Amino acid sequence: MTMADTIRRKLTEAFKPIRLDVVDDSHRHAGHAGARPGGETHFNVAVVSEAFAGKGRIERQRMVFKALEAELAGQIHALALVTRTPAEDA
Amino acid sequence: MSDNPAFEQIKKDVAENDVVLFMKGSPAFPQCGFSATVVQVLNHVGVKFKGVNVLESMELRQGVKEFSNWPTIPQLYVKGEFVGGCDIIREMFQTGELQTLLKEKGVDAAA
Repeated sequence: MTMADTIRRKLTEAFKPIRLDVVDDSHRHAGHAGARPGGETHFNVAVVSEAFAGKGRIERQRMVFKALEAELAGQIHALALVTRTPAEDA
Repeated sequence: MSDNPAFEQIKKDVAENDVVLFMKGSPAFPQCGFSATVVQVLNHVGVKFKGVNVLESMELRQGVKEFSNWPTIPQLYVKGEFVGGCDIIREMFQTGELQTLLKEKGVDAAA
């Protein structure tokens, strides 16, 4: 299972998103600190979920960080996030 | 967690400076694209800020993540309050909320 698959699985479980985009952006950071030979270190993630309703920006991102705690402590070096509710995404 | 030796310096930095950016590299030479983006935004808004290079100390690099309960760098503080990382700052800049926040907090911005 790739890291992108793991991210998808964990975020799907945590947020039941109506849209979830996970893009491995590692190739753009090759050779940069934090990159590793196999890639899978830098990700762009967009989560659209009702779970974010009534939550501020910081809280929404903390919710995602929490769901990916183990990955962020390990292999993930950078995570660019978009967190929206279905209404905001419409 | 509160006995982390880096916390004293972090507390001092955010208490003594209106705007503090914990970043990789320096404002003149950012060493990470995300840090560079926030530096660009702050320069564009015309606000003075203190850049703290977390690459200078592993203790500080880990410490600021624990201090803010935020796992990534950069991290922006305004008047002692955590505002966010790169995604949040860029979005707040685009919507004008960052400029409003600075004004409300009484921080001088030239632009």
